[in-house]
Parts: sequence; structure tokens; C-alpha cells
Amino acid sequence: MAPINSIPKKRSEDNTRPIVSVKDLHKTFGTQKVLDGISLEVSRGETFAVLGRSGTGKSVLLRIIVGLQQPDTGSVRIDDQEIVGQTLDQMSEIRKKIGFLFQHAALYDSLTVEQNVAFPLQHHRKDMSRSDKQNRARDLLTEVGILENSFQKMPSDISGGMQKRVGLVRALALEPELLLLDEPTAGLDPISSSEINDLILKLQEEHQMAAIVVTHDLYSAKTIANRLAILNEGKVAIEGTFEDLQQSDLSFVREFLNHS
Amino acid sequence: MTPSEAAGKDETIPSPPSRNFLEVIGTSAGSVSERINEFFEWFGNLAIFSWQVLRAAVTPPFEFREFYRQLDEVGSKSLPLIALAGGAIGVVLSLETRYSLVRFGAKSLLPSGVVYAIIHESGPIITGLVVSGRVGAGIGAELASMKVSEQIDAIETSAVNPYRLLAATRILACILMLPLLTLAGDFCGILMGWVAQTLADPISLANFINAGFKGTKFSDFLPPTLKTSVFGLIIGLIACFQGMRTTGGAEGVGRAATSAVVLSSLFVILADVVLVKLILLLFS
Repeated sequence: MAPINSIPKKRSEDNTRPIVSVKDLHKTFGTQKVLDGISLEVSRGETFAVLGRSGTGKSVLLRIIVGLQQPDTGSVRIDDQEIVGQTLDQMSEIRKKIGFLFQHAALYDSLTVEQNVAFPLQHHRKDMSRSDKQNRARDLLTEVGILENSFQKMPSDISGGMQKRVGLVRALALEPELLLLDEPTAGLDPISSSEINDLILKLQEEHQMAAIVVTHDLYSAKTIANRLAILNEGKVAIEGTFEDLQQSDLSFVREFLNHS
Repeated sequence: MTPSEAAGKDETIPSPPSRNFLEVIGTSAGSVSERINEFFEWFGNLAIFSWQVLRAAVTPPFEFREFYRQLDEVGSKSLPLIALAGGAIGVVLSLETRYSLVRFGAKSLLPSGVVYAIIHESGPIITGLVVSGRVGAGIGAELASMKVSEQIDAIETSAVNPYRLLAATRILACILMLPLLTLAGDFCGILMGWVAQTLADPISLANFINAGFKGTKFSDFLPPTLKTSVFGLIIGLIACFQGMRTTGGAEGVGRAATSAVVLSSLFVILADVVLVKLILLLFS
């Protein structure tokens, strides 16, 4: 299904350069080394899953990529722009190309469901009229199966699964080139998890964007990702397709796959 | 039974190592120096935060919608409480002042005593402390809750400056609303002061006002009212700062709200000491 009221957007013409390039990233909290020389690249239009045990720095990696945290050393380039060391205002332009789905959706609890989705449009689409913004928000919500009678509800009045959907379309409101998802199926029942996976696949296909998914749900990663990486002790233990992971003889990888 | 059992000693709990006097002094000095470090670190972080808010406040795009919303939150919604507090202070001042002045045969000075006390000091400081409690706690808790639930991070990843949207709007609203709330508090205080006075000794409102403002100068009224803008700056800045740096879940939210009220009230009182001296120096 084609997106309704989609905003025409000029995408970068160069499809050969990776959209995300992480080089030799290091991050320590106190005495705990969380990231120990992480390097990876994500191509345009690709979905890349980052897996690992709890506490292996997956979410920290995602937060560094979007600039919420600074690494100790290393480089992160988004669409060939270095983001490490950038100020808040300098990051603003880069962040308009990125959508971020937080683990618990992080909906603004003083705004309705519709207002949450319209929030990025209110701030960055001054060329759109009020009714266009409202229609765009409503169309996005309908696209992910949110009924009209929920549009004026507050986030606390909807279920966790619905909050994730609203968070997802809020991240898509500005038609980003890169979507970052932090544990999109965490806390959801198997049916809701499957629905979120299908939604991500559908939206990714329709909006043609790259995505980095941080998850410990191997089934989810296998369903939606083109390539996967498993982090262990702050490093990338293995990177490749799911078949590459299955063929690996690394003991940690086999143990991870067996227990998932 | 072993001898120690017979003696009633519990062998499983080791007795604490004995510490000599120097060790105790050293440990205490260490924790005092830690506290001093934390004290200066707090001020340093507050200065950095203030600079970030100031930069955000003076650069576009400006968040007018959120600013208007905060004017309502800080101003209109505090009005009933300020009116009540101001009225209560007016009654108390009237009763206390009457008692003192009657003893010295100076009852006729009651209206000017009440009016002067309210507009010069009681009105501004009571307004500052009441707003510090209501607005300071509200802002501190709201922003702390947003911080722990990643809503502030979500604002930042939406390419919106949280210092501009959340902090600058609230601080500016506090700066603008405090003098207006002080006027409202002064009005209620003078009105209720008249009510208390007229119940004991009937006097018309017009006569009370005329007598009360007789001899009152411009410098008795405007500087004390405008000094509450500084109170607003203190309340808004400290509440936003404490809220936006919260960690630790629900406990952190509670701590942020409490510390916002306590610290802003304390600094309002300290600022009042300095401002009163400054006003007397410049206008007396």
C-alpha cells in the first residue's frame, strides 16, 4: 500500500556511500568498557540488526549514532557528515534525516496521540498548512492500524503495542533516510511483536530507508534484517547475513543462536 | 560450651576494627572535601546550563506556542493561591499592626503601615515563596518525569532544542509572571487588610486607600515589585536545571521536585537580602 499524502522528498543522489559509517568506537562508563573498537557500515535502503546479550552496549551504540551520547574516541558519519563533537544546533540538521524509536516509545505525555505524531511536522514543516499537518499525522496513524477514536487519546490511555506504533510513525513523520529502532519488540506479546515486525518491513519497503535495529530478539532480527551483527564484550563478534551466523563456528555465536 | 559462648559473646559477628583519632579526622575531612566539591560542581553545572538556555532563548526558531502555554501555567493557575496567600497576609498584618499601634496611640497610621509593609516586602517575598513551592515543584517534577522516560531525548532526536522548548519558555514565563502575580497578591493583601481593619474600626475603602498610599513614593512600589522578576529567574532556572538532570526513576523525580522547591526558596530569600540592600542604596 503506497503511503497516503506522502511528502515528496529529495533523497541523496549518491547511493554508493554508506548512510552510516562507524569507525573504531570506544566508550567507557566509569571503569566499565562498553564499546571497545566497534566498526560497522550500513548501506542505503538496508536493514541492519545489532544483537547481543543485555549490557553489551547495543543501546549505547544507537545513542552515540544519533548523538545523544558522545564516544570517548572514534568516528561516526551519517550521510558522510561527521557527528562526533557536533553541538546541539549542528546536530539538528543531521537529525532531520533520522527517525528514532525508543524502547518505551517515549511519547510526550502532555500531548494526544495525534499531536505526538504531528510534533516533528509542527517544528520543521512550516511550509505545510495546519490541516495538511493534521491530515499527514492521521494518515500515518491509520497506516499503522491506529483507529480514529484513539487519535485524541493521551499516551497513558493506550496499550504498549499501540504506543510503539505511534512512536514508530512519529519517527517516520519527516520521511527520514535512516531509522533507528531500540528494542522495537521489547515488552510485547508474541502476536504484537510479529505485528511490529511486519509493520517495520512494510514501512521500510514503502519509505525506502535504511534502518538499524537493536534487539535481543533473534526471530525479529532474522525477519526484518538484511544483515546482522552480534556484539560481545564491546566488540563485533560476527557480522553478516543470518546464514553466515548459522555457519559460524565461533562458540559464542553458536551459544547465542542456540539460546535464542 | 566454649568459654566465649559462656561469656555470651557471638563469635560469628566480627567486631569493627578500631580506628585511631587521626583516621577519623582523615575520613571526615575527606567527606567534607567531597561535599565542597559537589557544592562547586553544582554551581558550575548550573552556570553551563544557564549559558545553554540563554543561547537557546535568543536564537530562532522561537517557541511562542509553548511560551504562551507556560504563561498560563505559571500565571493564571497560580493566581488563586497567590490571592489567598496575599489576602491572609493582609489580614495578619492588619491585626498585628493594629495591636502594636493602638498601644502607642498611633492607630491612624494603620492603613499606611499595612500598605507599606505589603507593597514593600511582604507581597513580593510571599509571592516568591508561594510560586517557588507551586511552580518550582511542578516544573521540577514535570521535567524530571520527562527526563527519566526519555521524552527529553525524544525531543532532541526530533531536531528540537530542549533548552529552547522546555527551559527557556518556562524561565521567561516565570520572569514575566512574578511581578504580575505580586500585583495581584498586593491587591488582595491591601483589600483584606482593609476588611480586617473595618471589622474592628469601620473605615471606607476609599479612605483606607488614600491614607494607606499617602506618602508612598514610586520607589516604594516599583522596585520591590520588579525585583520579583529576579525571583522568577531563580525559580525557573533552578527548577528546570534540577528537572532536566534527573536520574534514578521515580525516586529521582521525587528528589528533583523537592530539591527544586528547597533550593529555589532558599535562593529567593538570599536574593531578597541582596536586592533589598540594592534598592535601598539606589532609591532611598
